[in-house]
Amino acid sequence: MLTTADQKAGERSSLANFTPVASLLGGLLIGIASVWLLAANGRIAGISGILHGLFAQPPGDRAWRTAFIAGLIAAGFAWHLFVAPAEVRGNFGLGWAAAAGLLVGFGTRLGGGCTSGHGVCGLGRFSMRSLVAVAVFMAVGVVAAVVTRHVLGVAS
Amino acid sequence: MISAFGAGFLFGIGLWLSGMANPRKVLDFLDVAGNWDPSLLLVMGGAVAVTAVFFRPLIRKKGVTFITTQVDAPLVLGAAIFGLGWGIGGYCPGPALTALSNLSAEAFVFVAAMIVGGIVGKIPARLTGSLAQR
Repeated sequence: MLTTADQKAGERSSLANFTPVASLLGGLLIGIASVWLLAANGRIAGISGILHGLFAQPPGDRAWRTAFIAGLIAAGFAWHLFVAPAEVRGNFGLGWAAAAGLLVGFGTRLGGGCTSGHGVCGLGRFSMRSLVAVAVFMAVGVVAAVVTRHVLGVAS
Repeated sequence: MISAFGAGFLFGIGLWLSGMANPRKVLDFLDVAGNWDPSLLLVMGGAVAVTAVFFRPLIRKKGVTFITTQVDAPLVLGAAIFGLGWGIGGYCPGPALTALSNLSAEAFVFVAAMIVGGIVGKIPARLTGSLAQR
């Protein structure tokens, strides 16, 4: 979302897409939501772990996982209803989407976390494991994005 | 249960407000060779600013324990494979789930594949004893 302050910042700088205000506020909300889940449910807001736990054997505690994911998806519908309509990039191939999804699912399960579990929550508790994980997935993410877009020429 | 829904909802609003739910914006951050957008540094910075204050005392109070504490090969390999998929698609798990609300084919395909990847990924994770708690 583009706030007025972000619009002005974008006009002043060469970084036309930079949205510092909205991104910082959004980040704060993500942090508050993670603290809320920990305080109320005693759970770490790692989205990959919450999702994978739904499909793990034994099923165990499906109720809170389902509720959290339902809230996550409901937020998207509320956002489209009240703030901005859904915008979909029309040119990203479904084969690429499937490959990326497989890698993300496999990697987060093996590595025990994603941007939220290792990033938001892990860094927040000063975990060395999470710091290493964040450094690795950021570095590989940068290389993968550059190669996918500029070498392979995939529109994304 | 209501708190889990509420926390998920707030988390999702944060993803949309920050721009994380938009895979193109995520890729504009990761793609340093293109029209670089540093916004996502502020998303992580804002979120960690909050968790850094509250997490350690809350974890102690709630008695949350973590199965693995060592930096090991599955952690590094898993993070690298996750980074590869993230850099290709621009979706990490949270944004992908909330992007289901776009009702787009790419979001449904990505999430279905992510679930399958997680089920397959359980095999090596269990073998090495590093099954994710998060």
